[in-house]
Amino acid sequence: MNLWIAFWNILIKDMRTYYLKPPNISWGIIFPLAWTGMFFIRSGSGVEAIESLLPGVMSVSILFGTTSMLAVTVTFEKKNRSFERLLLAPVPFEILMLAKTGGAIVFGAANAFVPVIMAAFLMDLSRVDWIALVPVVFLIATASAFLGLFIAVAVSEVFEAQTFSNFFRFPMIFLCGLFFPIAKLPVFLKPLSYMLPLTYGADILHGAVHGGNSMPLALDFAMLGAFCVFLFAASLRNIKRRWIL
Amino acid sequence: MTEALRIQNLAKQFAGVQAVAGISFSVNQGELFGFLGPNGAGKTTTINMLTGLARPDEGTIRIGGINCTENIRGAQHLIGVVPDESNLYPELTGFENLCFCAALYGLGKSERQNRAHQLLEVFSLTQSGNRKFAGYSKGMKRKLTIAAGIIHRPDILFLDEPTTGIDVASARQVRTLIADLHQSGTTIFLTTHYIEEAERLCRRVAIIVSGRIVAVDTVEALLQPIQEKQVLRISCMNPLGPMQKELVDSFPNLEFTFPEPNLARVESSQRVPAGVLVRFLEEHGAEVLEARRMRPSLEDVFVRITGLEAEVMRKEKEKKGAGQ
Repeated sequence: MNLWIAFWNILIKDMRTYYLKPPNISWGIIFPLAWTGMFFIRSGSGVEAIESLLPGVMSVSILFGTTSMLAVTVTFEKKNRSFERLLLAPVPFEILMLAKTGGAIVFGAANAFVPVIMAAFLMDLSRVDWIALVPVVFLIATASAFLGLFIAVAVSEVFEAQTFSNFFRFPMIFLCGLFFPIAKLPVFLKPLSYMLPLTYGADILHGAVHGGNSMPLALDFAMLGAFCVFLFAASLRNIKRRWIL
Repeated sequence: MTEALRIQNLAKQFAGVQAVAGISFSVNQGELFGFLGPNGAGKTTTINMLTGLARPDEGTIRIGGINCTENIRGAQHLIGVVPDESNLYPELTGFENLCFCAALYGLGKSERQNRAHQLLEVFSLTQSGNRKFAGYSKGMKRKLTIAAGIIHRPDILFLDEPTTGIDVASARQVRTLIADLHQSGTTIFLTTHYIEEAERLCRRVAIIVSGRIVAVDTVEALLQPIQEKQVLRISCMNPLGPMQKELVDSFPNLEFTFPEPNLARVESSQRVPAGVLVRFLEEHGAEVLEARRMRPSLEDVFVRITGLEAEVMRKEKEKKGAGQ
């Protein structure tokens, strides 16, 4: 059987029915815009602050866009039983879940580039290391999508998915070094920072945008990749345990 | 005859409750097999295990010779599933839903579009093919769900309560479609609470009660022991409540059941004296509407085996179906 046909059609179906709907497109534009404005005003600095704010706004845009959408769409399909259609198809779980998360990854990555486009009008982007920036955007989107999947498997109602997502997202924003340097965090919180995927993603983004990374990029990429593998494997294991009774 | 499906000692427990307790039976290729049982008997759990939505605790399942307990994905391209609730995508049109389901089985673009058009025509849905599934009536939803179940031309089709909660005309159409599918050689595993539907469509049936198979045979063989039985059904305008005890006491040779307050079912190995009974009821204040002699049916076999009135089971299910 041609698995590529199944994979591609699940991805396209999700993009059309969930991610390319006008409310989501406007969310994808307004949300990063609001974050940019908020941090810009809060920082009290001039246009030069954009360079240091950009990695944070990009990360937050990816994290919120991706985790919310995936956790909600999967929970919704599980609740109305249309997810059973996928489980009944002769498609390996790995392919099935990669297709389901694929749409969210593309959506998250697209969200990340909204603040970049806005920044292009206000700062010089010629120093940006695009070779590091583009892959890390997709890696952060992948880790966030798998986190969303992990959340979706753990809940049964759509509202629970939102609440549970925030339980992970808000601590992650403040502990990953995006807005407060990890070095300035209390000692007991530092180990927690290094247990978050966004810490490594944010570090690469800082490095790519203004050369301010605190860890070697190779280590950051390796850790972020490891988180993706771990979250995906854990989600698959939980799906098999919780949904295939 | 080649077996399409064979299950042996299949068992499943949920939180200490034995949902299915070591059941075994087989379904032949091209057969329309009925699977009957009251609510909570283990029908859906069995279907879920057969289709890969649940893992058996014990036992083996073979579909088309493939050991599904080891490799369910290997057998899933051979099966089509029509669940008891329509589970297609509300935001897609009928045509898009069929194309999407075909894609899940790896059908190429032109093949899935042709097949979708063909099925929309067979199921009389061509006019509504471009409408969103969310706007379909219950009967149309049910027909499209069946079409989605056979889009990839499965060898064996699992139909779970296909006519529950739909109007009479749609139910009749669905039954005709099931019969046509069977005629075309598809093996069908049918779960239904409409016992007369199973009797009309299936050659063989299995009856499951409390997770155990209590009978597997042809409809004729199951009817054999009660063929000689005489059955009279008396329906009245008013409830029989006060007269029930008097009836039972006055006719000790007859066997009475009261499926509804104004309905009496009388069974006997000898001819039931309809005139005498009607007179007796009228003298005791009943307004008799009808007294009809019935031929013994699969329903009688079901009632005898399960101890549950089919009428009661049907109403429970219909209540559930209406809520969908």
